[in-house]
Amino acid sequence: MPGISAETVPSPAPRGKYPLPRLTKPKAPAGTIYRGNVGMWSWVLHRITGVAIFFFLLVHILDTALVRVSPEAYNAVIGTYKNPIMGLGEVALVAAIGLHALNGLRIILVDFWAWGTKHQKLLQWIVVILWIILLIGFVPRHLMNVFSE
Amino acid sequence: MTTTIESPRAPRTVRRGGVNWEKWGWIYMRVSGVVLVVLIFGHLFVNLMLGDGVKALDFAFVGGKLSNPFWQIWDTLLLWLALIHGANGMRTITNDYAHNRLVGVVLKGAILAATVVLLILGTLVIYTFDPCPAGSPADLLASFCTAG
Repeated sequence: MPGISAETVPSPAPRGKYPLPRLTKPKAPAGTIYRGNVGMWSWVLHRITGVAIFFFLLVHILDTALVRVSPEAYNAVIGTYKNPIMGLGEVALVAAIGLHALNGLRIILVDFWAWGTKHQKLLQWIVVILWIILLIGFVPRHLMNVFSE
Repeated sequence: MTTTIESPRAPRTVRRGGVNWEKWGWIYMRVSGVVLVVLIFGHLFVNLMLGDGVKALDFAFVGGKLSNPFWQIWDTLLLWLALIHGANGMRTITNDYAHNRLVGVVLKGAILAATVVLLILGTLVIYTFDPCPAGSPADLLASFCTAG
C-alpha cells in the first residue's frame, strides 16, 4: 500500500562502532509537530479573540469618553448596549475575553513551568472546562438582565 | 511561495548590546496579562453581574464609580495595561502578515497613533470627569449630587 504503510528508508552501512540509526518515513504527512493539533487551534483562537477584543476596546474607550461630553450623550450611546442584539454581542465579548484570558494563563504556565510544558494537553482541556464553567455562570444571568423589562 | 530554511550553522548577525525590546515585549505580554485577568474580570463582574447588570449602566453609575479613587486607579491601570497589551499584540500580528514593508509601516503607525490618542483621551476623561455637571437634570446624576 504505497503512501500509507511505513516504509523503511535504507540507511548507509554501519561505520565501525557507531552505526547510524535506521530512519522510517512517517505513516502520513505529519506537517510539523505543531500544525493541525489542538495547540494550533488555541493559537488561532488566541489571535482572533485578541483582534476582536482590541477593536472593542477602541470603541469602548470612545463610548466611555462621552461621560465628559454630557449625561445625555453618554446615556444615549450606552443605551444601545442594552438592546437584545447587543446583549448577545456582550455574550460573545465575554466568551472571547474568557477564552483569551484562560488561554493566556495556559501559555504562561507552559512557558515558565516545566510541569506545564509536559502536561500542555491536559492544560488545554482545563482551559476548555473553566471556560464552560465561566459561561455557565455568566450567560444565563446576563440574558435575564438583557431580556427582562 | 517558497521558504528557504538556512543551515543551522550558516553565519548570521548576532545582537551586540542595546536593549532587547522584543524580549521586554514578550515579558510585558505575560506580566500585564496576569494583571489584566484580575482587572478585567473584576470590571466585568461589577458592571455586568452585580445588581441589574448591563441594564444598570448609565451616567449616574459611571459618576458613582469614577468619583471613587479606587475605581479611578483601577480604570487607569485597565486602560494603560489593556491598550498597550492589545497594541503590542496587533503589532505582532502585523509583523507576521504584512509582507510589504510600506504596508507594515503604515499599519503599525496607525496602531501607534490610535494607542497614543486613546491613552491620552482616556486618562484625561478619568481625571477631569465631573460626576455632577452643573445644569444637568438631577434624575440623570448620581444621588450624591443632590444630597445635602
